[in-house]
Amino acid sequence: MKIVDRRKRYWNEPTLTLWERAYLPEIMRGLGITSRVFLRNMWRWMTGRKGALTTYYPEERRADYAPLNRGKHVLVQRADGRPQCVACNLCATVCPAKVIEIEIGVDPADDAHPTYPVRFEIDYSRCVFCGLCVEACPEDAIRMLPDTPGLPSYDRERMWLGLDELLGWNPQRDAAKPYAVRGAATTGAHRP
Amino acid sequence: MTQDLSVSLVFIVYAMGMLITFGTVLTWVERKQAAVMSDRIGANRAYIRIPFTQVKLVWWGLFHGIADGLKMILKENFQPRTYDRVAYAIAPWVVFTPVLLVFAVVPFGGTLDPGRLFPALAGWFGGRTYPMQIARLDAGLLIVFAFGGLTIIGSMLAGWSSANKFSLLGGLRAGSQMISYELVMGLTVLGLIMTFGSIDLGAIVRRQSGVVLGWLPAWGIVYQPLGALLFLTAAVAENKRIPFDLPEAESELIAGFYTEYTSMKMGLFMFAEFIEIAIVGALFTTLFLGGYNLPYMNDGGFSFPNGTVLAMSHGAVVVTQLLVFLVKVLAVCSFQILVRWSLPRFRYDQVLAFAWKFMLPIALANLVVTAVVLWSHGAAA
Repeated sequence: MKIVDRRKRYWNEPTLTLWERAYLPEIMRGLGITSRVFLRNMWRWMTGRKGALTTYYPEERRADYAPLNRGKHVLVQRADGRPQCVACNLCATVCPAKVIEIEIGVDPADDAHPTYPVRFEIDYSRCVFCGLCVEACPEDAIRMLPDTPGLPSYDRERMWLGLDELLGWNPQRDAAKPYAVRGAATTGAHRP
Repeated sequence: MTQDLSVSLVFIVYAMGMLITFGTVLTWVERKQAAVMSDRIGANRAYIRIPFTQVKLVWWGLFHGIADGLKMILKENFQPRTYDRVAYAIAPWVVFTPVLLVFAVVPFGGTLDPGRLFPALAGWFGGRTYPMQIARLDAGLLIVFAFGGLTIIGSMLAGWSSANKFSLLGGLRAGSQMISYELVMGLTVLGLIMTFGSIDLGAIVRRQSGVVLGWLPAWGIVYQPLGALLFLTAAVAENKRIPFDLPEAESELIAGFYTEYTSMKMGLFMFAEFIEIAIVGALFTTLFLGGYNLPYMNDGGFSFPNGTVLAMSHGAVVVTQLLVFLVKVLAVCSFQILVRWSLPRFRYDQVLAFAWKFMLPIALANLVVTAVVLWSHGAAA
C-alpha cells in the first residue's frame, strides 16, 4: 500500500542537517553550553561576585531603576522635625483619586505655622501616582521620591501610610531648604 | 561472629545514612545547580531562626529540603476511591525499598582492618579484615538487576491501583520504558563482565585498581567507553528522569503513575527517585570509574609510575577511599542533573524507538567487538 503524506508543508519548516540528526554531537554541544554557563557562574560566586541576573528585591534595588520614577510620597520637615504642611487641604482637593485624608490641628502659639496636620494619610491602594498633590502644594510640603512605598500587604487597610511613614524622609542637606539644621530634626516627635 | 555482626551493622548504618543524606541533599543540589546553570540564584528563602534571637540561618537554602519534608508530612492524605487499596498503599514502598537494597552489594571502600584502625580492639578482632561492602555476594551484579527490576513493579502497581486513566497510562509507559532500558543496561554491562571476568562488584572494583598502558587508570570507562555512555543513558532512562520522564510527563499525564498520590506517599516516590540518582551514580562509579580507587593508589598508599612511593596509614587510606567514592558518586549525580536540565523531553515513540532501534543494536555491537577483541587477545596469549 502506498502511504500518502498529506501533512501541510510550511515555508519555514525546520530542516535538520545530517550532523544534527545524528543527535549525539548536538547533545554534547548542549551539555557543553550548560556546563560552561554553570562553571562561569560558579566561578563568579566563588570569587565573591554575583553569578546570577536576579535582584533580591526587598534587600536590593536594581541599578537601572527608572531615574524619573516618583512612587513614594514624603512630607517635608521643618528644621525642628515638625511637618512643613499647614493642612490647607489643597492636595486632598486636587487629588483625582481622593486618597489623601487630612485632619487639621491648630497651634496658636506658632505664628509661622498656626495649623498643622494631626492626621495625614494616603491610601496607596487607590493612589494613581499622578503627582498633582505635589503640584498643588503651596508650601512645598509634600514631595515624591524615586522610591516605592512598602506596598505589598495582605489587605487594603494596611496600604494606608500615615504621618509616621510620610515623615520618615529626613535628609540632613536639602537643596530646596537651605536653612540650618539645628539638630532637632533627628529628635522630632514624629520619627517612626 | 559478634565482630562480623558489629562491623556489618556499622556498614549498614553508614550506607543507609549515606543514601538518605544523598537523597535529601540532592534535592538541594538539583535546585541550586539548575539555578546556577540558568543564571538564577535558586531557593534561598527558607531559614531556621535560632530561638530567642533574630539570627536567621539561611545556609544557601539548605533548609528547603526540611521545609519540603514538613510540607509533605502535613498535607492532606488523599485516598482515591480505588478497588485495590493494598496495592495502592504498598506501591510507594515497592518502589522505595529495592532502591535502598541495591546498595547492599556496592563496595564503598577498600579493605577495612578494624584491629589496625583501633589498636584497643585488635585482640577482639584477631586480625580479621572486612571489605567495605554490606553483602559480599558473588552474584553482585545480578542482585543489582534483580532489585532494579522490582521498581518497575512498584510504578506499575501505582499506575494500576490508582483508578485513574492518567495513572494507568503512566504505569503502562513506565512498564514498557523501564523494561526496554533494563535490557539495554544489562547488555552494556555484559561487555564489562567479559572484560573483568566477574560479576562480583568487589572483584570488579579490585580489577580496576591498576593501570593500563603504563599511565591510564584501569577503569571500566577506559576499557568500555561506549558501554559507559550507553549504561549512563539507560540508567537515566531507567530512573525516569528528563529527557526520559515520559511516565510522569506533566504536560501530558499530570504526574503519571503517581497522580493520585498525595502527602508523604508521593514524597516517597520523589525520595526514591532522588536516591536512585545516587544509586545510579554509585553503580556507574563502581563499574566504570574504578569505585573507591584513585589512580596509582593501593591499600598501602600511593605509588606513582615514576617510582615515587607515598606511604599512608591504614586510617588515612580508609578515609581517602570512602571520600573518593563519595566524590565520584556526587560527580556522576551532578552530571545526571546537568543532563536533566539541559535536554528536552523525548516523544514517547521516540523513547522506545531509541531503546530498541538505536541503543540495543549499538550495545550488541559493543558486546560483539568486546568478545572478538578478548578472544583475539586470548588467542595471542
